[in-house]
Parts: sequence; C-alpha cells; structure tokens
Amino acid sequence: MKTMRNILLFIRIYFTFIFFLFLMGLSFYMLFSYNKYHHAAYSRVAGEITGNISKKYNGIEYYFQLKRTNDSLVKANAALYNKLKQDYEIPDTANKMIIDTLTLDSIQQQRKYLYMPAKVVYNSVNLLNNYVELHRGGQQGITPDMGVIDVNNSVVGTVVDVSNNYAVVMSLLHEQSNLSARLKKGGETGIVTYDGKTPGILYLKDISKLAKIHQGDTVVTSGFSDKFPRGLLVGYVKDILNDKSSSTYTIRVNPAANFENLQYVYIINNLQKEEPAQLLKKVKSK
Amino acid sequence: MSNLVKNIVRFCLLILAQVYILNQVPPLHRLVTPYIYFIFILWLPFKMGRRTQMLLAFALGFTLDCFTNTYGLHAAACVLIAYIRPFLINVLISQEGTESNYYEPSIQSMGFTPYLTYVTILTFIHHTFLFFLQALQTGGYFYFLLKSLTSTAISLLLILLIELLFVRKQRFRTNTI
Repeated sequence: MKTMRNILLFIRIYFTFIFFLFLMGLSFYMLFSYNKYHHAAYSRVAGEITGNISKKYNGIEYYFQLKRTNDSLVKANAALYNKLKQDYEIPDTANKMIIDTLTLDSIQQQRKYLYMPAKVVYNSVNLLNNYVELHRGGQQGITPDMGVIDVNNSVVGTVVDVSNNYAVVMSLLHEQSNLSARLKKGGETGIVTYDGKTPGILYLKDISKLAKIHQGDTVVTSGFSDKFPRGLLVGYVKDILNDKSSSTYTIRVNPAANFENLQYVYIINNLQKEEPAQLLKKVKSK
Repeated sequence: MSNLVKNIVRFCLLILAQVYILNQVPPLHRLVTPYIYFIFILWLPFKMGRRTQMLLAFALGFTLDCFTNTYGLHAAACVLIAYIRPFLINVLISQEGTESNYYEPSIQSMGFTPYLTYVTILTFIHHTFLFFLQALQTGGYFYFLLKSLTSTAISLLLILLIELLFVRKQRFRTNTI
C-alpha cells in the first residue's frame, strides 16, 4: 500500500517531466517511423488539410509567376510542334519510312507511358528533404511510385504519398532520392543523389574514370527504372570531383528542372509495370 | 484584443510566414536555414502552466511538420525549448515581481540584455537540436554544428527585425500579486 502511494507521489511530483518525456517520445516515434516506404495514417488527413491551405495560397502566388509559367509553356509547345510529323518530309523515294500497323496505338495495347497533368500547390527548395505537393490524388488516378516531370521534360521526383485529392512528391532534392541516370554523350550510367548540404546541387555517382566528361554535358534518365522513360532531362554537369582513392568519378550536376517556380507538372503512369515486375518476382522465388 | 485571440492569430501568422515565405525563398547559403515560427513559444505568457506550454509547443511544431512532411522533427525541437523556457526565465529575471507585473516576455518586461540572452539561448537550442536530429539521419556532424551556428545568427537577426517592426506594448499591471 505504501509503495503504491510512493509511486503515485513520484508521478505527481515529476508529472511535468514525465509529460515532457511523453511528448518527446511521441515526436521521436513519428520522426523515425515516417519514411519513404512506411506512410503514417495521419499523413493522409494532414495532406488534405495542408493541401487545401496551400491551394488557396497558390491561387495568389500563381499570378506573380504567370509570365514565367507562360514562357515555359511556350517553350514546351515549340518543342512539341517541332516533333509533328508534317515537319519531316522525306523525298518520295525508296527511303520512305513505313510504320508497321500492328504496333499502331489504335487499341491502347502498346502504350507504355501515360502522362497526367497536375497543378503544383506547394513546394520547398531550401530544406534538407524537399517535397512538392500536387492537387491531384488517388481519386484522379495517382498511386505512389509514379515519376513526375515538369513541362520541359525534366525530372522533378517521385510520388511517395497520396490522399484523395492531393499527392506528395519526393523531389530530386531529397536525401533519400535515388535516380538511375546516364550521360547523354558517352552513355555511362550512374546514380543521381542529393546530400542536403549544398542546396540545388545533385551528385552523379559511380561513373567510371574511363568516361570522357566535360562541363555542361547533359545527364538524362537511363530508362532502367520503371518510373521514367529513357532520355528525360535530369541536369547538366557542373564540375567533376576527382577522388583519387576511388575508381569512379563523382560529378556535381545542376538540375534541369527549375524547382523554385514549378507551377505545372506531368505525372508518368507506367502502364506496363506489372508484367516485368511479376516476372522478376517469379525468377527470384525460384 | 484579448490575449487568447492574440495568441491564436500569432500562431496562424507565424506558421504561414514560415511555410510560405521563409521556406520558399531561394537558399541564401548552404549553411543558412532561417526559422522564426518558434517565437510563438518565446512569447507565451509568464503565468501559463508548464504542461500547457509544452502541449502548445507540440501543436505548433506538429502543424509545421504537416506542411513540410517531416512528422515529429519540429515538434521535438519545440517541446524541448518549451520545457527549458521556465527555468531560463527564473534565472534571467532580475527584478522582483516581473512575472506578475507583466504579461509576457519582451524587451520592456525583462530588460534588453536578459531578453536578448533568453532569445539567443532558446534559438540556439532549437536550431542545434533540429539540425542534430537531421544529422542523425544524414551524418556530417561538424557541418551541422556550423550550420546551427550560422542559422542561429540569421534567425536572431530576423527576430530582432520583428521586434523592431511589431512593437508589443506591455501594460504594467500593478497590485495584481
């Protein structure tokens, strides 16, 4: 009986400290249990609420960036016009290209990538782990692990969390971001990462020292991941860090996407993701 | 304006300023990430209960975490400074009865030097703890120590500007002991 009383007395005296430890423990639990693959239940509700507020704010902010948004859309449009079939006219000789009708996209059988536009409502650039929030979510066909690019075909990031009407994208400027990329000129592949210390600079790792690299070389997606098609812009080589102890280069890369004024992005849905994934699973289980 | 309404307005404005202004500006330098939202905790009334302070600090940090998708990071730092705050106020208050004569900490109620010490220490603890938690995930401890020092300097500059721009008039409440 006396020990019971002592325990109660102890709790009463140190209740503030115990309460402090409880709140601290709660924060730590949330901090270390939330990561890329494990999504907390409250993030869905919180995403809807913060998304709504961000949408209202973006409605105002959007006007100040109309000119820049317009410029980038014009640029994207010009690039698309240049790809129109009527721009390529081959003299009517034996070299005329014939498209095999079997592979024509008439019944959507051959389509691999589907692009879905979305409005950016929030993004950050100067934190250690940066996220972009989009006003398009699970009810509009977004699922986690889809790739995201901006209007000029440069990689922005990967969808990590989805609520009913909003999606959270892990931007390339995120410490857990890993993207398989390739030097456009030489074709050497490596991994693009972000260290969170120098804002706005990506690192391309695992490039063999045999490769010839120059400042300004283009880095594109390799197509090895199932999120992005081949050849999308990632960035441009800034400089090369020569680590003498290693057999590979680490290259600093300026990202091609302008993270500071993102207004519209495209989400890439890989429609043929299932089949190779299942095949790989079957091989691994053998 | 009643004090409750004043604090609610403060909470919302500081969160919005942090999320939509400070987190949006292009990075000044790789060592600088300014924070101002936590002055809500510094400006809480003297007489508020310690558990209420911590609960409010947790709510503030968690609200910011919802916007930046870092659940628990800012909440932990805020709870820590809310826990330390009463001890610091006890040490720094020089005059007898300041806690009962004035409503909340400010230059006017505490005096310039004690108030500056109070703000500097809590800002430094907040930043160091925040960047330390980030360093646990990424490594690079020397870098984060340097980062907390420079970020503290810039944040202090911003807080000083806020103090100069938005003067908080404090009524001297006599005979309230």
